[in-house]
Amino acid sequence: MQELILRAKELLESGEVVRVLGWRKGEHVYDPEPAFFNSAEALKEFVYNGFCGANLSKYMIEASKLEGKTLVFLKPCDTYSFNQLLAEHRVDREKAYIIGVGCKGKLKIENIKADGILDVEGAGYPDCSEMLTVKTLYGDVQVSYKDAMLERCHVCKGKAHKIYDEQIGESADTLDADRFAEVERIEKMSPEEKFAFFQNELSKCIRCNACRNVCPACSCRKCVFDSTKFDSAQKANATSFEEKMFHIIRAFHVAGRCTDCGECSRVCPQGIPLHLFNRKFIKDINNLYGEYQAGTDVDAKAPLVSFTQEDAEPSIVAERG
Amino acid sequence: MYKIKKTDLPKLYEAIARTQELYLPVSSAGKTNFAPWTENIQPDIDTLKTVRSPKDVFFPQCENLYTVTREEGKMKITPETLERENFVIFGIRACDVRALAVLDKVFLSDPMDSYYAARREHGVIVSLACGRPDVSCFCGTFGIDCAKPEGDVATWLYGEYLYWQPQTPKGEKLTASLEKLLEEGEETAVEEAKAAIRAICDKLPLKDLSLEKWGAEAAKNNFDSPLWEELYKGCLACGTCTFVCPTCQCYDIKDYNTGNGVQRYRCWDSCMYSDFTMMAHGNNRTSQMQRFRQRFMHKLAYFPANNQGMFSCVGCGRCVDKCPSHLNIVKVIKAFGKEEN
Repeated sequence: MQELILRAKELLESGEVVRVLGWRKGEHVYDPEPAFFNSAEALKEFVYNGFCGANLSKYMIEASKLEGKTLVFLKPCDTYSFNQLLAEHRVDREKAYIIGVGCKGKLKIENIKADGILDVEGAGYPDCSEMLTVKTLYGDVQVSYKDAMLERCHVCKGKAHKIYDEQIGESADTLDADRFAEVERIEKMSPEEKFAFFQNELSKCIRCNACRNVCPACSCRKCVFDSTKFDSAQKANATSFEEKMFHIIRAFHVAGRCTDCGECSRVCPQGIPLHLFNRKFIKDINNLYGEYQAGTDVDAKAPLVSFTQEDAEPSIVAERG
Repeated sequence: MYKIKKTDLPKLYEAIARTQELYLPVSSAGKTNFAPWTENIQPDIDTLKTVRSPKDVFFPQCENLYTVTREEGKMKITPETLERENFVIFGIRACDVRALAVLDKVFLSDPMDSYYAARREHGVIVSLACGRPDVSCFCGTFGIDCAKPEGDVATWLYGEYLYWQPQTPKGEKLTASLEKLLEEGEETAVEEAKAAIRAICDKLPLKDLSLEKWGAEAAKNNFDSPLWEELYKGCLACGTCTFVCPTCQCYDIKDYNTGNGVQRYRCWDSCMYSDFTMMAHGNNRTSQMQRFRQRFMHKLAYFPANNQGMFSCVGCGRCVDKCPSHLNIVKVIKAFGKEEN
């Protein structure tokens, strides 16, 4: 972490960048917040640890509108989002100085099943340990780092940063699960079972829009759901119909552009596994058009927006059932 | 003082639900929220905080106000009927009970909100003391005692029993109807339970959170502070904090075109949203900084200025736990506290 702060100070002092986008210390070890730092002095509150899951790419849309360069710290998986935003002309490469920061998997405090968590020892970079010692109001507990990881880290896309100006810190490949296993499990369900599964999950939705607002692929200047001219009951979020409409429309809208960064599921206050919608689209795109990972390469042709003679016919969906 | 074995609680729920609607914390798809009791649900009164606060029961996220239909060239207006049946809400925590007093200030003062008032009149509140307060809790800052919650009936989970103490005539009446299930409980056990809770409260990291810089005076002192520019930056402009909050009470009223008429409904709104308080001339808050500031100034300055010093935060800590960017009211309170040092 000190290395990151030192380098940020150097870049600020040399005038190469005018601000730093990183994470600021919170009340506890597990609640750092995305923050801009405008001076070396401000950087004393900079933090980088296992709880810095927040993907900073989307904040670069606003930072791209500001004068001068912004130093941004991106983890390997965050760089896919940045690339995708670049491909969509939503961020300005010239306004970003990217430090690819090492990542050994990020943690979710809710995954540590303990009450009254005061501190989590072993979550600090670069020395995060295999076992976390969790200090609580009700005694200490030991939890393995893996068990406390975000879902997305179990299906890690790898250690490589897809875009950067320099790299600091080591990464670890935390992949230990099949990315599409849960999608396949749901695919095998009967239509009634599928409906019940999603109804059960989506009935928890409070339409807080956290999933949409955190999503780097949801970068419309004005969302259709925020339109005051939209004659619908869309704000009447109590009906399950609307809940299903909202999430499914959103999944369709980000199809082919979603990098599977997992932010939607990370932030959902009700723990809805929203990434499953997106992952189903990714799986289908892979099957129908060949393997494709959004955000890998800015210049790659995205399958859903480039026509070829070999493209799957829409009837395939009806045939497949 | 009464008591009932924890293992007999399903019988208690059933007995209450036989004569009236019973709302209680229910676990579904891994999260606990208030829901009506039915035979197949999974009650969960061990989880400290439901994700949504119980304010829904009195002020639902969405409700119809009236329906307009066209009949033979004439408009027919049918108002929604008000709550007429009694109901019980069980397992509501001390902070959430106090939150209702905050909502009362808004909805029961002139002009009274008849939809809310009807639910308040018919609701019986059975509160539950907090056996295991969490590090995000700061109800003590607002003078709330989570060891002795307000409500028509207060209850404590301690050892093998749920202890039950009626505190109002409404609570006495409910208790009388459950006489066969309740046995006499020992005051000493409840005193022990309270002492254990207060011992934990003494160790809470936010127990000394000071509101010195807040209150009616803050309306003019804090509005122009440069701190807001710093504080709001990570805000995603989602409505999580407002929708999990037990005291946020802002709503929107909209018309839904049913094809044959109009359904006028009201639904929760969030000051974090860009269309919040949109008027014909546009919006009076044009940046997210202004929207962010509004939320905290409302809770900590404007509300106390208009309500004899009462803050519209009860320290439940849901926003502390749930903000996707880890921004929250505690960070705001503390940032202003630091300023003078």
